[in-house]
Amino acid sequence: MSAPAATPGPAAPLLSIEDLSLELHTYDGTLKVLDGIALAVGGGETVGIVGETGCGKSILAKSVLGLISPGIARYRSGRIGWNGENLVEATKKRMKQIRGTEIGMVFQDPMTFFDPLYTAGSYLMEAIGHRDQVAGRASARAARKAEAIDLLGRLGMNEPERVFASYPHQLSGGMRQRVLIAAAIAGRPKLLIADEPTTALDVTVQAQILRLLKEIVETQGTGIMLISHDLGVIASMCERIAVMYAGTIVEAGSKALLLSRPAHPYTAGLLAAVPRLGYPRKEVRGIGGHIPNLLAPPAGCRFAPRCPRASALCRQAKPPLQAAADGRLVACHHPEPVS
Amino acid sequence: MKMTDTTLAPPSGPSAAGERLDRYREARRALWLLTRSFSSMLGLAIVVLFLVLALFGRWIVPYPEAALGSIDMAAMLQPPSWQHWFGTDDMGNDVFSRVVIGTGISLQVGLIITLGAALIGVPLGILGGYLGGWVRSLIMALTDLFLSVPSLVLAIAIVAVLGPGIVNTMIALAAVWWPGYVRLIDSKTLAIKEEPYVEAARALGASTPRIVLRYLLPGCASPLIVKASMDMGAAILAAAGLGFIGLGAKAPSPEWGAMLSVARGYLPEWWWFAFFPGMAIYLSVLGFNLLGDGLRDVLDPRTAR
Amino acid sequence: MTFYVLRRLLVLATMLFGLLCITFFIANVAPGDPAALAAGPNATRSMVEALRVEYGLDRPLTEQFVRYVGDVFSGDFGRSISTTRPVIDHLAEALPATMELVLLAMGFAVVMGIGLGMLAAVWRDTFIDHAVRVLAVSGIALPMFWFGLLLQLFFAVKLGWLPVSGRLGLITERPEPIIHLLIVDSMLRGMWGTALEGLRYIAMPALVLSFPCLASVARVARAEMIETMASDYVLGARAQGLGAFSIHIRHALRNAMLPVLALIGLRYGWMLGGTALVETVFDWPGLGLLMVNSVLMSDFKPVLAVTLIIGFNVMLANFLIDLAYVWLDPRLRQG
Repeated sequence: MSAPAATPGPAAPLLSIEDLSLELHTYDGTLKVLDGIALAVGGGETVGIVGETGCGKSILAKSVLGLISPGIARYRSGRIGWNGENLVEATKKRMKQIRGTEIGMVFQDPMTFFDPLYTAGSYLMEAIGHRDQVAGRASARAARKAEAIDLLGRLGMNEPERVFASYPHQLSGGMRQRVLIAAAIAGRPKLLIADEPTTALDVTVQAQILRLLKEIVETQGTGIMLISHDLGVIASMCERIAVMYAGTIVEAGSKALLLSRPAHPYTAGLLAAVPRLGYPRKEVRGIGGHIPNLLAPPAGCRFAPRCPRASALCRQAKPPLQAAADGRLVACHHPEPVS
Repeated sequence: MKMTDTTLAPPSGPSAAGERLDRYREARRALWLLTRSFSSMLGLAIVVLFLVLALFGRWIVPYPEAALGSIDMAAMLQPPSWQHWFGTDDMGNDVFSRVVIGTGISLQVGLIITLGAALIGVPLGILGGYLGGWVRSLIMALTDLFLSVPSLVLAIAIVAVLGPGIVNTMIALAAVWWPGYVRLIDSKTLAIKEEPYVEAARALGASTPRIVLRYLLPGCASPLIVKASMDMGAAILAAAGLGFIGLGAKAPSPEWGAMLSVARGYLPEWWWFAFFPGMAIYLSVLGFNLLGDGLRDVLDPRTAR
Repeated sequence: MTFYVLRRLLVLATMLFGLLCITFFIANVAPGDPAALAAGPNATRSMVEALRVEYGLDRPLTEQFVRYVGDVFSGDFGRSISTTRPVIDHLAEALPATMELVLLAMGFAVVMGIGLGMLAAVWRDTFIDHAVRVLAVSGIALPMFWFGLLLQLFFAVKLGWLPVSGRLGLITERPEPIIHLLIVDSMLRGMWGTALEGLRYIAMPALVLSFPCLASVARVARAEMIETMASDYVLGARAQGLGAFSIHIRHALRNAMLPVLALIGLRYGWMLGGTALVETVFDWPGLGLLMVNSVLMSDFKPVLAVTLIIGFNVMLANFLIDLAYVWLDPRLRQG
């Protein structure tokens, strides 16, 4: 069966993931971590992927850059389209070229993702050096240093020289994350994948980092694939949203549509679980049950065991990701009706 | 939204019966983990073999009198054969019998050294770790000092004063070994002391001896077991080393190191004399090391390699 | 940063003082009559008494201790009974020999150990990895003296490639000392024949001495490399598209080195202790052999002196390693 080409969106997407299924071969068995993923990101747009911990969003992000250990990863089907190539089949050499220069990645915890033995400056110069090497240019150390300091300044650092010479333990969390973002965009990538970039930061710093990312989209026309379990972050940043559950995309579409009228019961459950300030006091409802064991996921819909609307059909047959009347994609046998 | 992992571990119950079931399950799992590792099983097998030889060697060797100083010049320095599996030594004694009986000596020596060091080191470690302050500073200073001089060198110096002999060797080695235990127990005590359940016990009025017996000692048990089994190997090696230099057991005692020391003079023609006792030392140390590694992987998986 | 150095120096000084106390204790307070010990087993009663007065052993302990410390700092370690030469002369001859052996062994152990550990980590679960693990485990258990004897049997006697024992042939011309390391001095003076021969003599003892340390270092290096290679910053480096050299060496290896450095400090002490065994087997004229021979002849003064020198040597080495630690890890530079 063929899933629709991509989440409805840009006419000429930069990144186009089609029907991607991934299995991980581990000691305990085969984990079916991704199943039929379809996603597209265009230039200058921010696409959000939201889901609870363990739903596979990080693995999806790492798959794009080929960061999953080839010894255990088996792509059962699908392709990751980038610039006319299929990244699933790209050579190691090609992937090394793409990383950092065409697709950049920002990770979650700026403390552990920073080598404690090197300064922020070294880190940036490594990234710049890599970009120059891929482009076949030789660059002088002084030029790279100047560019690094300039980049730090543009990203809102007050004393870029000081930050340049600082070690990670001398910088605050927010500053570290800025440096990591700087390194990710130093190669001038067309797409930036941000995997929970603000989860490890304080709320006030969170807002700053998100603003920074928005600026990058506006000034450089970079596309962003933003991953988070925090609906608030996704809602404030993204035009289009994809909701993931247990390795599958259950619903995808524009933010306005999904957040106001969720069609999939899981999306509805997520929204209901978010406590809202100022609204009349309602019970915060969780979603009963727990995520399926990916060694042996349910035969039919993966959400069926926890779904209030599940029927016999749901338990037998996997619902395909289909376009609904208003243009969004839903994977459900009994979606909320949409006009 | 609850986060659960995707493995098959069942949740454990909070009741008392559930707790006992957990401990039983833990123990079984630990044992199962141990058996999964080839090297740990090999180590266990070797250790058990040597233990058996140590305990019953006297009765199973073909020539028990070989360890008692008999002399049979006619059979002197014969190569390995069916009558003498490891050949004979310079006194005509069966090397195999001597090596087997020597197992008892080496294991005994290793055990006494390890026990002695632990008996000194563990109380000092608990004392320093629990009381803190100047007591701890003093103990740690003394410990660091002993640790800064290589153990073998200090042991030789002590034996030089006390005089050669197997007992003095044991005393000297135990005297240089205890600081290692102080370090280990001290850090473990410090960690356990800060645990909420110890604070709670103290708040409820538990006396110091009770805290020591009920919380500190059991908590130190795992790393102690691991260290003790690794130390057995190291102690056997060190004692054999001192024996090799000539400071250990006196003839005709079939101590491995001493045997090697004598055998050295008969190389290279009569090689078996030196080869087999050395091999015995190597295997016994290897066995204890492998076992210790396996125990560590089981008892403290965080440091497993 | 300077605070750190000063603090370590202070610790070093206190440890040295403690070492002097220990050696003094062993010599004078421990069981056994120190005068009789110093006089040796063949002394008569009157000789022992004369020595007791000469050494000031009838004075109060504190006075003896002060005298002892003074003697040590002026280089007076007493006189050897068996050779009747001042102990300091023996030390001056033996120390360079041991240092040459230990430095070579340590260098070899560290380079090979880290190299093998790294290879095993990068090519995990392959034949190389298994081989290195077997080597690491058995290397620690291997008795150095037995290993030495076996090597002697094989390489020296059977194959005749290397000399059995000693430091240099009896008739070989020795270089004028510059830094007192025989092989280096020979090379500095252009005496290549001597240098080559020196290398042939040092090969087996250095290999044997280095072996347990090599095994230990390989083990820890491998484990640490595996851990750093699985770390987040290595993942980040891969996401940046950096090459294998950057990832494995600049990032993973350098972080893995910190615990390895601590291990080296520990193993240095063990290695110095091992010289007693290895120098005995190979007749290497160093501190270890000096100590062993002295003990066997109940010649007590050299034993104590060697203990002091080796103890101080280890403390100094650990001090230098502490400094290296700070240089490697910027997190420690705050003070």
